Amino acid sequence: MTTLSPTAEDGAPPVFYQTEADEHDHSAGGTTLGFWIYLMSDALIFATLFATYGVLSTSYAGGPAPSQIFDLKLVALNTAMLLISSITCGMAMIAMEQGQVRSTQLWLAITGLFGAAFIGIELYEFTELIHEGATPMRSGFLSGFFTLVGTHGLHVFSGLIWICVMLVQLGQRGLVMENRRRLMCLSMFWHLLDVVWIGVFTFVYLLGVLR
Amino acid sequence: MSAPHAHTRDHAGGHDGAPPPDGGHGHGSRRGYVMGFLLSAVLTAIPFWLVMSGAIASVQATAIIVVALAFVQIIVHTYFFLHLNPKAEGGWTMLAFIFTVIIIAIVIAGSLWIMFHLNSNMMPMDGMGM
Repeated sequence: MTTLSPTAEDGAPPVFYQTEADEHDHSAGGTTLGFWIYLMSDALIFATLFATYGVLSTSYAGGPAPSQIFDLKLVALNTAMLLISSITCGMAMIAMEQGQVRSTQLWLAITGLFGAAFIGIELYEFTELIHEGATPMRSGFLSGFFTLVGTHGLHVFSGLIWICVMLVQLGQRGLVMENRRRLMCLSMFWHLLDVVWIGVFTFVYLLGVLR
Repeated sequence: MSAPHAHTRDHAGGHDGAPPPDGGHGHGSRRGYVMGFLLSAVLTAIPFWLVMSGAIASVQATAIIVVALAFVQIIVHTYFFLHLNPKAEGGWTMLAFIFTVIIIAIVIAGSLWIMFHLNSNMMPMDGMGM
């Protein structure tokens, strides 16, 4: 489409259409697709880590087995934190659509709090494991476990930093187009982390305890 | 390249293109998010309950159900939260997604398959989970 083309027919005043502003909802000039491809490549990183964990998951080297060290109640709580943060993130996006800056900030902050709770519980779990002697150095299973779950945790942590940055940017500039685009990407990133977590709690924790 | 004539919304793949302030399309509605959330809550609660209570005696049956529910939940998340659908971005996100799923399946299944055979060929005595 032509970016700026006046319609001078009928003697009506020329009307200008800006493609970027128009398309923001769908492609944001290709950003959405580009970010989606980044997310897919991130999913591939997790796929390799899942494969590594899968291969190593029975190599206990005489160390603890999953059912001895995993506390499913803690994992269930953690899963709930991440799941709730997913819907609050969705609420932030809806508030953004409606152009409510305050409400967007509020939902985003709540999302960040639940994300922080997730990280807190995960760190608590890790320190407990390490105190019990289940360190990453103990066995192949634990190396794979800490690498996979730790990488996911790091992603959530970067998401938290991103949320803080967006809160500041929203405070400074409000819901300008750039911020909307950034929030779109942030929400996709956040939801993808939840999708990865489904794989973690199923294949690592639940199947680990079943074994 | 026709002169834009009030039909500005007819470009970019054909569907919608509502003005930015209230264009709720493509980013999900409140109902969509709530529905996705409720579905995921149920799909999370069932596997946790199955494993923690041991409701099904057979470990294998439990494992199959748990894995099946995980796949359903992943689909629920990509549909309700990531808003993946065949129309978004002219189908390119869907294409990238399908491609990624195939690669993920090959990487994970292939690694497990190869390493399982390597283990059974190379280490007959120890290291096999005692």
